[in-house]
Amino acid sequence: MTKSELIDLLAAEQDHLAYKDVEEAVRKILERMSTALASGERIEIRGFGSFSLHYRSPRIGRNPKTGDSVALAGKYVPHFKPGKELRDRVNSAFQEGGAITLASDDPDSDSEEVDEEQVAAAR
Amino acid sequence: MALTKAEMAEHLFDQLGLNKREAKEIVEMFFEEIRTALERGEQVKLSGFGNFDLREKKERPGRNPKTGEEIPITARRVVTFRPGQKLKSRVEAYAGTHR
Repeated sequence: MTKSELIDLLAAEQDHLAYKDVEEAVRKILERMSTALASGERIEIRGFGSFSLHYRSPRIGRNPKTGDSVALAGKYVPHFKPGKELRDRVNSAFQEGGAITLASDDPDSDSEEVDEEQVAAAR
Repeated sequence: MALTKAEMAEHLFDQLGLNKREAKEIVEMFFEEIRTALERGEQVKLSGFGNFDLREKKERPGRNPKTGEEIPITARRVVTFRPGQKLKSRVEAYAGTHR
């Protein structure tokens, strides 16, 4: 699901709202969330999860082309921890469906290959 | 203080012409639609913010940390979040005091 598909779904449900209001609302929600994180503020959504910042220590990196060492400063990265309701809903749908066929078009998700045995076990 | 749904609704009320009930409802539905998509096994991509991906974990050996007893952690599907480039650079610029 993309942002525009999410907007379409919300607009269909909230049919008393103009499409552009829904579009603007989604944009504002995401912008508000980004601003919070950019200023070091946590986000806590009950039943969904929380976003916080994790610190990455300074390190010596390498330019992959030249092999030269580069000093990299410490930095913060966004981190998401799914809440209980989200974890449970995602996992129970998975358990019930025995749905081992997850359509992953994520090129760099490391391939956790599913073998026959696991398929059988999930049934 | 953490950002919550109530504050997001307040923000929509202030910034858009929505009334409080509408603002509250759209914030609620926003998160609910994302949960529903993930529940049906669909990745959620919010450009400029990040992607919510699903990963399947195989069963692996675990241990009850209290008793030390070995119990397998069953195969499961989990949600992960990968921040987008735009969010990453905005957060990276945060010069908060690292504790």
